[in-house]
Amino acid sequence: MSSDTKKRRLFLVGALSIAAAGLGFVAFGNIGENLVYYWDPTQLVAAGDKSVGATIRLGGVVKEGTMNWNPDASELEFVVSDGIAEVQVHCTSAPPQMFREGIGVVVEGTMTKADVFESNRLMVKHSNEYKAPEEGATVEDLYKTVEAL
Amino acid sequence: MIPELGRAAVLIGLAACSIGAVTGMWAGKTGRADAWNWTRYAAFVFAGAIAVAVGLMQAALIGHDYSVKYVAEVGSNETPLTFTIVSLWSSLDGSILLWALILALWAAAFAWKMKDEHPEHAPWALGTILTIGIFFTFLVSGIANPFERVPNPLENGPGPNPLLQNHILMIIHPPTLYLGYVGMTAPFGMACAALFSGNMSTAWARAIRRWMLVPWTCLTVGIILGGWWSYEVLGWGGYWAWDPVENASFMPWLTATAFIHSSMVMERKEHLKGWSITLVMASFLLTLLGTFMTRSGVFNSVHSFTQSPIGPVFLGFLGVCLVACVILLAARIDSLSPPTKKLEGPWSREVAFLGNNLLFTAFTFTVLLGTVYPLLNEVMTDVQISVGEPYFNRMSVPICLGILFLMGVGPALPWGRTEPGVLMQRLGVPTATALAIAIGGYAAGIREPLALMTFSLSGFAGAVTLRELTEPGRQRAQALGEPLPKALIHTWKTGHRRAGGYIVHLGVVFIAVAIAASSVYRSEAEMTIREGSTKSFMGYDITYTGTERLDEPHRWSRVARFDIQKNGSPLGQAEPRLNHYKKMNQAIGTPTVMSGLDEDLYLSLVQVDTEGKMASLSIVVEPLVWWLWFGGGVMLLGSIISGWPTRRRKDAA
Repeated sequence: MSSDTKKRRLFLVGALSIAAAGLGFVAFGNIGENLVYYWDPTQLVAAGDKSVGATIRLGGVVKEGTMNWNPDASELEFVVSDGIAEVQVHCTSAPPQMFREGIGVVVEGTMTKADVFESNRLMVKHSNEYKAPEEGATVEDLYKTVEAL
Repeated sequence: MIPELGRAAVLIGLAACSIGAVTGMWAGKTGRADAWNWTRYAAFVFAGAIAVAVGLMQAALIGHDYSVKYVAEVGSNETPLTFTIVSLWSSLDGSILLWALILALWAAAFAWKMKDEHPEHAPWALGTILTIGIFFTFLVSGIANPFERVPNPLENGPGPNPLLQNHILMIIHPPTLYLGYVGMTAPFGMACAALFSGNMSTAWARAIRRWMLVPWTCLTVGIILGGWWSYEVLGWGGYWAWDPVENASFMPWLTATAFIHSSMVMERKEHLKGWSITLVMASFLLTLLGTFMTRSGVFNSVHSFTQSPIGPVFLGFLGVCLVACVILLAARIDSLSPPTKKLEGPWSREVAFLGNNLLFTAFTFTVLLGTVYPLLNEVMTDVQISVGEPYFNRMSVPICLGILFLMGVGPALPWGRTEPGVLMQRLGVPTATALAIAIGGYAAGIREPLALMTFSLSGFAGAVTLRELTEPGRQRAQALGEPLPKALIHTWKTGHRRAGGYIVHLGVVFIAVAIAASSVYRSEAEMTIREGSTKSFMGYDITYTGTERLDEPHRWSRVARFDIQKNGSPLGQAEPRLNHYKKMNQAIGTPTVMSGLDEDLYLSLVQVDTEGKMASLSIVVEPLVWWLWFGGGVMLLGSIISGWPTRRRKDAA
């Protein structure tokens, strides 16, 4: 192999490494900014100010007697509880058909300064009767633990 | 009887597969014709045995034989026949059986097609394919045995996953995807054969390309059908969410697409041999990774994945394959003959292909990182997270724009060296088109940079592609005095591989425009309408006229009826519904999509109150979505034209 080819190969490897490192840097930085956290109310409360502005999937049970729906303004309010901590949730969507007090839910959104969890996506947890999802096929596995309705 | 017969068929398949794997390698090493024939027969027996096993499973499903474990898991007396048949791929064990069948069919097709061709390579390749087959057949015969006998069978079962019996696309989408996934095994075996034999001839490179084109096409169609299915079923008005299962099918598609391009450099210039082989191997490994991710339940939680024995076994197999590939590459890559032709100037087709490959590799890396990051994070810190869509969108948009740009520049550049005058001549009109679209779009009120850039680059790529499609015909018409249509058809026929490739590019242009328009200009709202009253959204007047309950054996549905008017003129009636499946404590919607060439109105029912007086709807208006499915059809058409077998011209092509 002539030294010329060697030099060129070295240059090529160098350039590719730099490009790869750059891509890795950008990718990791981007991932860090776009994480979605899976928290229960206890973890959410414990996180304090960290939870303001972060994307969170909050899982828990809709506390009895806290659901309040205004159909005309399409506003839904309820409290999500895990038995230890409670979080007030405000949602701009209608409650899905199976939604009721006492049911398990996952809400995606973020915490506001006013200590209200602002959500635009509400998912009802599958009951335990339904065990097929982890064995389900293809795309729908996204919705295997929760069901967007 | 079926449990025992099914198991026996699978075991016969396993035996045939194992014998064929050994004789295939032996035939590759020694070049003995009798060993090659044994390997071929083994592949046929393998396919026959697994086909019998699948036939038995179908008989059990249709006959509601609940003594078969898989039927007890997914069957039910109320499920309609069609969905009973397709429930073969609605759950883990059945889908691995289907996987084994498709692999066996690919192996048999390979054995049949390669009877007298490529004697130096074909035995190695078939030996490798059958070795992979051993693993899957072993799964079916052992830990994922769908034929296991249920000791005290019940009279009825739970039925398949409701999401899978909610739409007709479920019949065709998974098998298409599987054909693509599993089909990657054939080019993988062929790439290994090149390393085993130390010879990557132009003819073999072309053969690998052809065997890659078919699974690639199936994967393309499968991915688009998957997007269509989630659009029609899941009710959120989108077709792609970057969820792990989608990514799993997308990553091998990316590397396979990169290979299809790099293989042309390999054929023409003898360069990128090792790289192309690496891409084929990566595609195969990514299909394994994808299967592992979708089938092991690892995305429920890392901790749930050990509950199914499939996960660890699959991960182990993936690891073994990865190590084997790396060792094989490292040991044999230098045996491939070095290129005799030199790469010329930086402005050439091959350099554009190189850029294409870098972008596709970067894309694969990006998606892979975002997909496995939550898993690694959970293993290391025990905290459950996921990577949000914005990561994928932000990373993929620049890469996609780069790919669109190269899709325009690449075909315009000649092989070897480019004279500046030629470049000007070929890129003049496309550049003008791109500028015209950008300026016209801006004037028409399109202010989003993403949309403007995508439309403009799509115009650029589209103009180059149309020119490349018509230029040979135009020249022929001029030279021979033929009428233009006749000359065009003649050049498309003789150069069908090339023409088909450009038609695929046109499909990509449609898809790029559709994705950019529908994601940037998507509007959505949620509203609750009282019976008899009307609400408006984006020029649509939606009147709730009432609700009705429909009963079917396997489910009951709540249908809500809406009269839709668009800008004052009636558009039709929308009937989104919520379906309640027996024994499943959940409601699954069937959205109504009113599709138009300009935009789609997407209505999905969120809930109806107990008296049916109020219905809550989620409404999405998205422009140009229809063109996404159309673009998929164009891609399919292009691939068929490109890959159409032409025996007569095979050597001249």
